[in-house]
Amino acid sequence: MFKIKRTLGILVATALLGGPAMAEELTIGLASEPTALDPHFHNLGPNNAMSRHIFDRLILQDERQQLVPGLATEWYPIDDLTWEFKLRQGVTYHDGSPFNADDIVCSFERAPNVPNSPSSFGTYTKGKTVVKIDDFTIHIKTAKPYPLMANDVSTIPIVSSDSGCDATTEAFNDGSAAIGTGPFKFVSYSPGDSIVMERNDNYWGGASIWSKVTFKPLKSGPTRLAALLAGDVDIIEGVPTTDITMLTKNAEVSLSQGVSNRVIYLHLDHDRDDSPFVKANGGGAIDNPLRKLEVRQAISMAINRDAIVDQVMEGVAIKAGQLLPEGFFGVSDSLAPVDYDPEGAKALLAQAGVGDGFELTIHGPNDRYINDSKIAEAIGQMLTRIGIKTQVETMPRSIYFKRASRGGPDDTPEFSFILVGWGAGSGEASSPLKSLIHTYNRDAGFGASNRGRYSVAAVDAVIEEALATVDDEERAALLAKATEMAINDVAIIPLHYQVNTWAAKKGLKYIARTDEYTLAIGVIKE
Amino acid sequence: MTVFIIRRLLQAALVVLLMSLIVFFGVNVIGDPIDMLINPEADQAEIERAIKALGLDRPIGEQYLFFLKGVASGDFGRSFIFGEPALKLILHHMPATVELALVALIMAILIGIPLGLFAGLYPDNPVARGIMAGSILGFSLPTFWVGLMMIILFAVVLGWLPATGRGDTAVFLGIKSSAFTRDGLSHLAMPALNLALLKISLVIRLTRAGAREAMHQDYIKFARAKGLRTRRVIGVHLLKNIMIPVVTVLGLEFGNLLAFSVVTESIFAWPGMGKLLIESLLQLDRPVVVAYLMIIVVVFVIINLAVDILYSILDPRVRLREQGT
Repeated sequence: MFKIKRTLGILVATALLGGPAMAEELTIGLASEPTALDPHFHNLGPNNAMSRHIFDRLILQDERQQLVPGLATEWYPIDDLTWEFKLRQGVTYHDGSPFNADDIVCSFERAPNVPNSPSSFGTYTKGKTVVKIDDFTIHIKTAKPYPLMANDVSTIPIVSSDSGCDATTEAFNDGSAAIGTGPFKFVSYSPGDSIVMERNDNYWGGASIWSKVTFKPLKSGPTRLAALLAGDVDIIEGVPTTDITMLTKNAEVSLSQGVSNRVIYLHLDHDRDDSPFVKANGGGAIDNPLRKLEVRQAISMAINRDAIVDQVMEGVAIKAGQLLPEGFFGVSDSLAPVDYDPEGAKALLAQAGVGDGFELTIHGPNDRYINDSKIAEAIGQMLTRIGIKTQVETMPRSIYFKRASRGGPDDTPEFSFILVGWGAGSGEASSPLKSLIHTYNRDAGFGASNRGRYSVAAVDAVIEEALATVDDEERAALLAKATEMAINDVAIIPLHYQVNTWAAKKGLKYIARTDEYTLAIGVIKE
Repeated sequence: MTVFIIRRLLQAALVVLLMSLIVFFGVNVIGDPIDMLINPEADQAEIERAIKALGLDRPIGEQYLFFLKGVASGDFGRSFIFGEPALKLILHHMPATVELALVALIMAILIGIPLGLFAGLYPDNPVARGIMAGSILGFSLPTFWVGLMMIILFAVVLGWLPATGRGDTAVFLGIKSSAFTRDGLSHLAMPALNLALLKISLVIRLTRAGAREAMHQDYIKFARAKGLRTRRVIGVHLLKNIMIPVVTVLGLEFGNLLAFSVVTESIFAWPGMGKLLIESLLQLDRPVVVAYLMIIVVVFVIINLAVDILYSILDPRVRLREQGT
C-alpha cells in the first residue's frame, strides 16, 4: 500500500506563472487542426491538446508527462482491484455550476460512446467501472489488478453532468455544451479558420496570464513561419527543421526545443520465411535473413545515427538506443545507441551466411514524421554500403499505414522492412512494449502495431507481468527488463527521438512538452 | 429556351452521377482513413469498432448504394473526420471561397480590360509593350511562388498586409463577407490578387486580340465615318463586340476560381473550400470529397448556363438562332 500526494508542485508552478490578470492576447499558429471541440469525439493528439484548455482531467500530465493532480487531489489503490480518487472541492464549471463525482461517472460513460467517433477513448475506459462513493470520492474497479490506472485516467476529459454528458458533438462545436472547468472558456469556433477562448478567472490552478487566446490552423510549414515573421501569430509549433538555422540568427524570434516521446525506428519482418520485399541477389527467393539475429544486428550497426541526426535532421534529434528517451518511466539504464561499425556489420553478415548481401526494400511514409523520406533514403544508402542492396519506397501516409498494418493477404502487414515512429501517449514504457513488441494478439489487444510480427514468449511474459504489477518500482524494473530483452534481440531498430521546435516572437517562450502538445498555459513571458 | 435548360439539367444529373461513382470508388482504392484517424495506442478491438462506426466494414458496392439512397434525400453522408454532415461542412467553407473568387474576378475585369484595350488600341506604344510583357509573366510564374513572394514582400518585409487567414466579417445587404471591413479587405488583398494574376493576364490578351481585330471591321470604320466620338466608338461598338470571348472565358474561369483555388487558399491559410478539399483528399475523407466534387459539377453547369444566357444578351444572333429551333 502506498499513496501518491503531489498536490503542491503544479499549484505553486501555476500560481507563479499566474500573476495579475491583465488584458493580454495570444495568437497561436497550429500545424494540425482539431476535428471537433467535443473532447470525447476524437482521441487524437490535436484534439486532446485543444480540449486541455477547456476541460480538465482527474489527473493531468505535465510537460514531461509526469502525472500531477487535476480534478483529483489524491489517488491510490485501496485493494488489488479498486482505486480510490479524492476529488478537488470548490471547483466550478465556466457556467458557475459546481463540480462533483456525478460528472466523473457520466464522463467515463460518454467518453467511449460518442456517435461517429473516428477514434474513441474506449481503449482507456475498457474494463473499468466508476462508482460514486460520495460527492468527492470515487472508486474505479477493474477485474484484474491494473497498475496503469492513473495513466489511463489522465486521458479522459471531464464534462459536466448538467450540460455536457448528454450533449451532441454539434453542441460542443457551437459552444453551447463546451463548458468545462479548464483554464479557458469557449468564445468561438470556426473550423479551418480559428478557435477563440478567453481566460477563466476562477480557474482552480490560478488564472492564466493570457486574457484571450486565438488558435489558427496553419498547416503549411512556410505559411506558418511567414505568419510568425509577419506578426499574424505570436507562436507556432512544428517549425520546419530546414528553417531552424535561419531562425536562430533572427533576433526577433525565440526558439524553444524539447525532446518528444516519439522514437523513430525500423521494424523488420520476423515472421514470414519468404518475405515479399526481401530477395536474393538478382531477385530470386531467399530464406528471410531478417529472422537471423546477426543480420538484424548488422543492419543496426550499418546505420550511422550521428550522420542522420547531424545531416538529415540538422541536429534537431537525439539518437536512440531504446523505445523512449531517458527520464521516462520504465526505460532501461543500460541500453545505449548502437555504434556505427560497417566493418563489424559485414563480418556479422558473413557469419550469418549472407556475406554477399541480399536485396531489400525499405518502405516509409513521406508526410508523417520530420524528414521521414530523407531518413529512409539515408538508410537505403547505408545498408547498400554493407552489401544489402536496398531500394527505397516512400508514399503518403494515407496509403502507407494501411499497407504497413494490413495490406497483405488476410490483413497481415504487407512490407518487410519499414520506417515508423511511435509516440508513447501514456508517457511510460508499457505503451510501446504492449503495442510494438508483444506478440500480435487480437483478443487480448496486444501487438496492435507490431508490424514486424515479432513474437518471443519470454518477452511477452515479462511485459504481461509488468502490466499486472501495481508497485511502481517493481513495474519500472520489469518494463526496463522487457525493453532490454527486446532491444538486445533487435526486435526493432531504434534510430532517434524526435525533438520538437516551437518559435515565438521575442519576449515569449514555450515550455516544450514531450507529448508535442501546444498549450496556451505553456507560453510564458521571458 | 426552356427545353434547352431542361436538357442541360438532365445532362448535368448524369455527369454528377458518373462523377460520384468514379470518385467514390477511386478514393476507396487508395485506402481508408482509419490508420490516420485512430489513436496509435488503440488496440485491435477499437480499430474494428472505428471501421464499423464509419461504415467501412461493408462491401464497397453496398456503401455506394447506401450513399445514393442518402443523396436522394439530400444527405451526402457524414465526414469521416469531423463527424458532421459533409454538405454542412462544405457550405460552411463556401462563403470564404466565393468571396475570394468574386474579388479576384472583379480584379481581373477592372485591371485586365482597360489594360488590354489600351494595348490593343496603341500596339506600338512602349507602355502597351510593357503590359504585354507583364502579362507573359502573369501567365508563366507559378501561383505558389508568387504567393510566397508576395507574403515575404508585403507581410514580412514591409509589414503592410497580414500574411494569412480571413479578417473580420460584417453583414451588408444580408451578405456576410470580409470584403465589408477594413481588416477583412487587408486580409483579402493578397490572396485575391494572387488568384487573379493569371486571369488578369488572360483578360489582357483576349481584350487586346479582340480590339486589334475589331479595329479593322467595317462597322467601326462606319461609326468613325458617321462622326461618332472616339469614346463612343470604343466604349459601345468595339467593347460590346469583343466581350463575347472574354465573357465565355471568364465564366469558365470563375468556375475554376471557385473549385480549384486550392494552391492560393493553402498558402494564405484561407479558410475556404479549396483548403477543405485538399485536406479531405490527403486524409481520404471520402464523403467530403465526393460531395464537394458533386457540388462543383453543379456549379459548373450553372455557370455554363449563365454564360449561354449572357451570350444571347450580348449577341442578338444567338437568341434568333434558338428561337428558330
